[in-house]
Amino acid sequence: MPTSPFTWPAEARDIASATATRLLPCGPTSVMIEVDDTEQAAQLAAHLRSAGLVGMIDLVPAARTVLVTCSSAHALAEVATIAVGFVPDERPPMGGIVVEVPTVYDGDDLGSVAETTGMTVAGLIDLHSSTEYRAAFCGFVPGFAYLTGLPEILCLPRRQNPRPRVPGGSVAIGAAFTGVYPTTSPGGWHLLGRATVAMWDSSRPRPAFIEPGDTVRFVPVPGSGTR
Amino acid sequence: MIEIIAPGPLCTVQDLGRSGWAHLGVGSSGAADRSSHRLANRLVGNPVDCATLECTFGGLRVRFDEAVYVALAGADCPATTDPYHPVGHGQAVALAAGTELVLGAPRTGLRTYLAVRGGVDAPLIMGSRSTDLLNGLGHPPLVVGDRVGIGADPGTEMPVHHAPPRPSDDSPIALWPGPRHHWFTAAAHRALTGAAYDVLGTSNRIGTRLQGVALERSVVHELPSEGIIEGAVQVPNDGQPLIFLADHGVTGGYPVIAVVDPADIGRVAQARPGERLRFRWSR
Repeated sequence: MPTSPFTWPAEARDIASATATRLLPCGPTSVMIEVDDTEQAAQLAAHLRSAGLVGMIDLVPAARTVLVTCSSAHALAEVATIAVGFVPDERPPMGGIVVEVPTVYDGDDLGSVAETTGMTVAGLIDLHSSTEYRAAFCGFVPGFAYLTGLPEILCLPRRQNPRPRVPGGSVAIGAAFTGVYPTTSPGGWHLLGRATVAMWDSSRPRPAFIEPGDTVRFVPVPGSGTR
Repeated sequence: MIEIIAPGPLCTVQDLGRSGWAHLGVGSSGAADRSSHRLANRLVGNPVDCATLECTFGGLRVRFDEAVYVALAGADCPATTDPYHPVGHGQAVALAAGTELVLGAPRTGLRTYLAVRGGVDAPLIMGSRSTDLLNGLGHPPLVVGDRVGIGADPGTEMPVHHAPPRPSDDSPIALWPGPRHHWFTAAAHRALTGAAYDVLGTSNRIGTRLQGVALERSVVHELPSEGIIEGAVQVPNDGQPLIFLADHGVTGGYPVIAVVDPADIGRVAQARPGERLRFRWSR
């Protein structure tokens, strides 16, 4: 029979019971922190990153959680303390940089998305490129950033049938996110265009063009709206 | 230089991995059995973060252009030189220039680490020489005819000892509760630590796949993707657990019931298809 599963640092355990931020156990050197939504997870990740804790190795924001891996139980307890004291702001500093993605809006799904949303193609391009997004988290493949802030009218379910091959660089929307496929891969998002910069290059000092916390704008470049 | 004459089923360059990039979607990779990788390095006087060759199920045949000290650790496979001379496991061995080293299939275990004094010199990508098979980073898996360099002599003293063979350990693998352990029934918790699980042949550097009593969930709604660590015991919808190893993805969409104690991850990485693993809760 298993003994009590809660055998991680006592400090963190005591704090966990008194807060709305959920601390979930994840082995002796990691903790999963659960919040209410993607925006809060991104904020908490930025908050933890800015704390610059020695002993924090990896910090992975996701849809509703932040996973933190530390080099010691002591650092883990510090992370837990910061996490439970965290209060989400309405418009917090995210700590990232402003990134502009030059985009040719000539995606295969421009027409169908315009039709579904009742917009013109020009109106769709204008709306997508005039909105400021925030990189909430990366995943799927290296350098694939999930960008939040997509206007509600563009929040469409994923395609019925995912494409087996989405070209690398494709700018796309899916559910509540927009993003750019760094490499050619299968994908179920709606394709609006293509970025003219590489999203991922492991030989760059900053391998990912977009990092969590960044503010992102898509800038239309010639060729948009034609195919 | 090291010339690959035959790579065996899978031979990759590995070090301690590239940690600190998970937020960009890149996992740490690195030696699947880090303690054996460290041991091989120590035996030839290397810093533990020097790259070694990770050989899955032996079969490696290499030729050294220059005189080298090498050491083998991890899965214990018969090793010889050509011209024939037996090579011991777990000890530093001096080889003359031009010698070929030949590894057979391991008697036990799965992954053998070949350290060369000076370290294997492959390009450093994001701070590591490791081959990440999931993301295609680092030197691709070695193929016939590949030549990889050897780093500078570390200038350390050569150890005079050898590592005694590790006693065989079939005690249960230690687990910590995972972030979603409460998504599973009491029966699932009992099965996880009470039943034995078979290691499947579909296991790889991404994860060790298991088959046994299905782990039933008490919470059945979808899980939004969340971070994954090495050693995470994830349970897909069929209830058959898999344990993530060095090349795991950084996020996953199925609940993690438990996390293997870091000290036991090497044992999981050495479990061969067909072996059975048992688990216990860590104390």
